[in-house]
Amino acid sequence: MFASILQTLPQVLIDGLALGAIYAVVALGYTMVYGILELINFAHGEIFMTGAFAGTSVLLLFQSMGWLGSLPAWFSYVLIIFIAMMVTGALGVGIERVAYRPLRKAPKLISLISAFGVSFVLQDLVRFIAELKTGNYIISVPQLFDGRFTLGFSSMTAMFGNATVKTNTIFIFIVAIVLMIGLDIFVNRTKWGGAMRAVAQDRETASLMSINVNKVILLTFFIGSALGGSTGVLFAQQYGTIDPYIGFILGLKAFTAAVLGGIGNIRGAMFGGVVIGVLEMFASANLGIMTGGNFGAEYKDVFAFAILIVVLIFKPEGLFGRAVKEKV
Amino acid sequence: MSKLDNMRITLRENKLAQIVLLVLFTLVTAAAVYLMERSVTAFLLLLASLLLLYYTSFTNGIKWIIALVLLLVVIPFASSGGTSYDSYMEVATQCGIYVAMALGLNIVVGFAGLLDMGFVAFFAVGAYTYGIFATDQANNFISGDLFPLSGGTFWIFILIGGFMAGIFGILLGLPVLRVKGDYLAIVTLGFGEIIRIIFNNLEKPVNITNGAMGLSSIQPPDLFGFDFTFPHQYYFIVIAILLVVIFAVRRLEHSRLGRSWKAVRENEIAAQSMGIPLIRTKLIAFAIGASFSGMMGVVFAAKQTFIDPTSFTLIESTTILVMVVLGGMGSVPGVILGASLVTILNLQVLTELTNWLNQLSMQGIIEVPNALSPSKMQRFIFGMILILVAIFRPNGLIAAKNRKIPKEVVTGGPHQHHKVPATPISAKANPE
Repeated sequence: MFASILQTLPQVLIDGLALGAIYAVVALGYTMVYGILELINFAHGEIFMTGAFAGTSVLLLFQSMGWLGSLPAWFSYVLIIFIAMMVTGALGVGIERVAYRPLRKAPKLISLISAFGVSFVLQDLVRFIAELKTGNYIISVPQLFDGRFTLGFSSMTAMFGNATVKTNTIFIFIVAIVLMIGLDIFVNRTKWGGAMRAVAQDRETASLMSINVNKVILLTFFIGSALGGSTGVLFAQQYGTIDPYIGFILGLKAFTAAVLGGIGNIRGAMFGGVVIGVLEMFASANLGIMTGGNFGAEYKDVFAFAILIVVLIFKPEGLFGRAVKEKV
Repeated sequence: MSKLDNMRITLRENKLAQIVLLVLFTLVTAAAVYLMERSVTAFLLLLASLLLLYYTSFTNGIKWIIALVLLLVVIPFASSGGTSYDSYMEVATQCGIYVAMALGLNIVVGFAGLLDMGFVAFFAVGAYTYGIFATDQANNFISGDLFPLSGGTFWIFILIGGFMAGIFGILLGLPVLRVKGDYLAIVTLGFGEIIRIIFNNLEKPVNITNGAMGLSSIQPPDLFGFDFTFPHQYYFIVIAILLVVIFAVRRLEHSRLGRSWKAVRENEIAAQSMGIPLIRTKLIAFAIGASFSGMMGVVFAAKQTFIDPTSFTLIESTTILVMVVLGGMGSVPGVILGASLVTILNLQVLTELTNWLNQLSMQGIIEVPNALSPSKMQRFIFGMILILVAIFRPNGLIAAKNRKIPKEVVTGGPHQHHKVPATPISAKANPE
């Protein structure tokens, strides 16, 4: 049993890290919005999904115009990521303006319900547009990089099997790392980042310090949503098919990642994402082996949600978060 | 003051006028349903007579008697006129099922303020409890070829289903002891998904739920040799359970427990310091809410004679949440209205509209793309309802009212304290 688990371990680790990087960047969106508004932006998973569709539709447009062959692949990749970021960033700002801002003083339950509403509206809107344009809402995505190469782990020791890496996966790592470092620098080093941290600390006091709170919140939504949208493109390129309902479950797992790392904590979200991604891949590869074929890969989601529930019950502040004292 | 206002005031004060109006309205709509071949509008208007009844100013007892007459005599009789009897009754039955579930969720969300996003899991537990034992499925893990159980056990299974769902409610409730607010919504969401995945895959190592294939040919209930097969027969079962549920909810709401729920919803810490046992109060809310849903799950399984995991997805949970939010969280009449509206919108209005549009596009009058067919836009419509209600009408269509005791009774001196009326008087007799 252990031998076969070890054999697949390199492949599991690489796939898990790729998935984890995606979770991590999506989790950043949850964490940023939560940090500043103490609101779980349930529509974030759908923003991710919209990003995947926006990027793919631009790609399909290029394809139909015959530009795809003439542009270098990396350039198209960067371009569609950029376009998806702009679209989803604007979408996030719009959602904040329409569905969250009127409810800022309302009870939590009400804004939560509004967030669910936004998420359902987005799912159906995207489904509608996709179905109208292509006749089917499950879209297969043209691949920009279809190369793959083998990492020879078996030459190190015979215990490990070889791992196949898609060129895409490398791109995911690069983009995810650039985005995460960029965000970290932005939040910790710039004036706007400082304003964001101030608003997250105390909205009232920040507004007294001549910080335009509404602008800062909009900016947070823009950046968080743009990050989510860019990951949508990465996801679409890595896995090849997208549909309007991918956002929900993925969003839930990314949220799990954010909670695991301590919600509101940017570095925690990155760590949580990688942990969840690797664990999920490990579960989907090995659950069948470990239980003698009784419980297979179909239980991998149960695994992720079980982590979520356990973390929320026993360590709701997450691994790196600080426990919040309740104010009476 | 306009004539309309004058009319409104006369109507409010004149009970005779109210009863005449109600009877006229019911007669006209009932006749319309009886005589017309298949008119959704007429049927909707007939159901609206119940809403009209709610707004009359009779005493509660009289309202209940009229409502029973409407539900048990007028509606079944009126819809028996044409060929579409069973399709009307099907809608009414579904309405009843959803009303009971929404009332269950209302206890959790509306009264206790605990947002439960995985509520359909309890419905599934109830449905599978009956489904597994009323087919030969249970032979796979219980030896002796005892199954399927006869339809006579259905009546006991209504209770067992409710009980099982209640146990699951407590299981789900356990995290509540540590988690609240948004986190609770996520935990329940995850729990609902887990239940669905398990039901979807529990065919090995032991085949319990038959996985994605679902359970088919579930035994119909029988009562002293009388088999229930048609929707109009289930209608009466559902109405009977529903009456019990409504009665229970109304009694609970004003009981000591109901008041503790509301206290917990408003301010947990304050409630706790007033001596309300937080854990027990929340767990009971989950258990009772879940058991209503489980009971209806049993009825659903028997009615459909087939269940599979696709009937218990997240969209179902959301549908029930939409009912509660639209009607008004914490308001029993509101939730009943919300559940009926959403079910009818779902089952009748959207399908009829789709058919109508299809006909139009077949005749070449207008071209409606298939992607836009109204029955596919369900999520969009529900989402819009959630957003719009949250922003413009957070208290729902019929806002919840707390019982109020007139000030003079409270401040009238110590000797009057025991004179607080048993049937409380609401401060505003008739809200506009």
